[in-house]
Amino acid sequence: MKGVKTFPRGGIHPHGRKNLTNKKEIVIADIPETLTVPMAQHLGAPAESVVAAGDKVKEGMLIGKPTGFISAAIHSPVSGTVKEITDVYLANGMKSSAVVIEKEEGFTPAVKTKSDSWKGKTPQELNDIVKEFGIVGLGGATFPANVKYMVPKGEKAEYLIINAVECEPYLSADHRVMLEKAAEIIEGLRIIRKIVGPEKIAIGIEINKPDAIEIMRRQAEAENFELEVVPLKLKYPQGDEKQLIKAVTGREVPSGGLPLAVGCVVSNVGTVNAVYEAVVLGKPLYERTVSVTGLGVKNPGNFLVRVGTPISKLLEACGGTIDRPAKVVVGGPMMGFSIYDLDTPVTKGTSGILVLTDKEAGSGARTACLSCGKCVSVCPMGLNPTKMFKFVDHGDYDGAMATDLMDCKECGCCAFSCPANIPLVQGMRLGKKMARKKKVS
Amino acid sequence: MSEEMKLRISSSPQIHSPASTAKTMWLVVLSLIPAGIWGVYAFGPRSIAVLAASILGAVASEYLMGLMLKKNTLRDGSAVLTGLLIGYNMPAEVPIFIAVLASVFAIVVVKWTFGGLGTNWMNPALAGRVFVFFSWTGGMSRWSMPHMVPDTVSGASPLGFLKTNLMNFSGSADGPMDFLAGQNYPVDSYMDLFIGRIPGCIGEVSALLLLIGGIFLIIVKIVNWEIPVFYLGSFALLTWIFGGLGYGNGFFTGDILFHLLTGGIMLGALFMATDIVTSPITRKGMIIFALGCGFLTFLIRFYGSFPEGVSLAIILMNIFVPMINRATQPAKFGKLPKEKKND
Repeated sequence: MKGVKTFPRGGIHPHGRKNLTNKKEIVIADIPETLTVPMAQHLGAPAESVVAAGDKVKEGMLIGKPTGFISAAIHSPVSGTVKEITDVYLANGMKSSAVVIEKEEGFTPAVKTKSDSWKGKTPQELNDIVKEFGIVGLGGATFPANVKYMVPKGEKAEYLIINAVECEPYLSADHRVMLEKAAEIIEGLRIIRKIVGPEKIAIGIEINKPDAIEIMRRQAEAENFELEVVPLKLKYPQGDEKQLIKAVTGREVPSGGLPLAVGCVVSNVGTVNAVYEAVVLGKPLYERTVSVTGLGVKNPGNFLVRVGTPISKLLEACGGTIDRPAKVVVGGPMMGFSIYDLDTPVTKGTSGILVLTDKEAGSGARTACLSCGKCVSVCPMGLNPTKMFKFVDHGDYDGAMATDLMDCKECGCCAFSCPANIPLVQGMRLGKKMARKKKVS
Repeated sequence: MSEEMKLRISSSPQIHSPASTAKTMWLVVLSLIPAGIWGVYAFGPRSIAVLAASILGAVASEYLMGLMLKKNTLRDGSAVLTGLLIGYNMPAEVPIFIAVLASVFAIVVVKWTFGGLGTNWMNPALAGRVFVFFSWTGGMSRWSMPHMVPDTVSGASPLGFLKTNLMNFSGSADGPMDFLAGQNYPVDSYMDLFIGRIPGCIGEVSALLLLIGGIFLIIVKIVNWEIPVFYLGSFALLTWIFGGLGYGNGFFTGDILFHLLTGGIMLGALFMATDIVTSPITRKGMIIFALGCGFLTFLIRFYGSFPEGVSLAIILMNIFVPMINRATQPAKFGKLPKEKKND
């Protein structure tokens, strides 16, 4: 199609299965009796809990304070009593300290009222709200939003690019947020525009969401808000920051560099809504939209979920799972984590919960590398995955690093496409970890 | 949630494309079948015996190597494919033991001494063919006419006939077709070459059916178009420029169609040069590899002492693949200007 952009190199077209949920309106999920709120829900240093067992907490109250420059505040999703502070395993396999809260009897969420007072605030004051209210990137990477929005002196954000690509198969949380909260997103954009001060604002949406492209265009026009809606070809991993910038502006973020190096700040569309809620409604980030989907779920849907809700509760809300699911995945199928404990809590970064059947997960046996070059041709970063993997496989981590292992972002295109079923991404992760270890010692 | 629910844990990605090694191999086998059916139809039941012998030779060798090395690799289909390709590269009248030996050599020496599928650096089927060609050249040159050709005078493939008779030729001819007609070689039109009504190896004569199979493989993305297109293209270009010289004609008079439709070049360019294991991994590398194949095929066919050049050209280029791979690493996204200078 003419005028529809994309990034030039690599990428794949996995089965989308978006139709399982993209027509399902966001439903407010039941709040469970007990919520487990981890302190490490974001990239960077975990928060430190500021409550103790027995403390009474209120909905939206600070319960974890950030502990470093790259860290984020954690707020209580409900009113109730702190039962204990304990350690839990997160979906990504990491251990984190968590505040377990028992919901008080008869708890009803507070009704939020809009306030226009932000218009009188300075950019710095606004970004402080983003920080205090614990806003992190909701696309999955959970990078603290205030750090991202803070443009250092001497640098200029020419572009503010809103990531509404949602290139991960299955997920439709961002899609639904756009359809249902277009006005809020525009208002959120006004706030972020004030903080970041970009010359242009663009929003990248893949063309499998024509209704979202339409609604964002119409909303921006109706409000006379200057927003370039950029329709993008369907291709994974277009939602990756670097690929999105390339697709929208044609610029290439240098290896090891940040988007600001090419004058861009990228923020997820869900995050924009969270900024709106924080600044206009005074609501910290303690709930988010989650797609609960996959062929293993009886009634897939989109839910507004409070952080700390066990995944099992959400599956129950969907009518449960089929008899023998193969995998339960937190996040998208390409970069998400498979979990074994269904009591794992939903966190700020949980964009989806997938119950996959054997058919979807695929279970081919690993064979020898055929040197077919598929991994090379699909790698969006222009790397040579098979070569890197062979280095790692032979324990030569220096060799792997010399082949630009650190430029790999584990998008999974290589492993997805490999006919020999070689766990390439697992190899890259191992290689990076070992290389870091070696550096330290 | 039931306690006994067993969940699989794995590193991302959590889904996988339907591609697999076995599927790849069996699809290649499938795409080769039409050309083989034509070969059997053209050359009679003896070709079935040759195909069976080469496939059984390959599968048995693979099985025994697997037993020895405690690996079961029969199901991946690569041995069947190697055997099939060897059979396709044999004339129908070849002594059976030659077909078997070619397969045994291909699997045991070329494939498994280097560690089996994926680690062989030379196309096993071609290496097997070349091995028996040099060892039993007589047996490998027992051509027969397809049964639908009425006069069964000669026992030579068009290219072999050209090679032996053009050397002592002093008259003039417009090109190979004219020359063959003048010598009463039973080929009337390009259509005979295209359909496969010519003597040749069992699987190589039907350019039409090989093209169909090859295009199928390109569509299902098992084969990249770069190798066949640049191989055939460069060969055709060189043929056009220099191919007429042998007939006393000038430059740019070579008969492209004749040379593309005879000999093993279709089978070679579509199914042998494209062997994923022994071809380069980057697009740029594939193009260099294919250009090399085209050049060498031209060189051997027109100036070598063999009528054919495809097998030797491809295995020669196979040897260069590691070097080509090293020289054609993909360009990294966001490469820093400093790094660029150092390359």
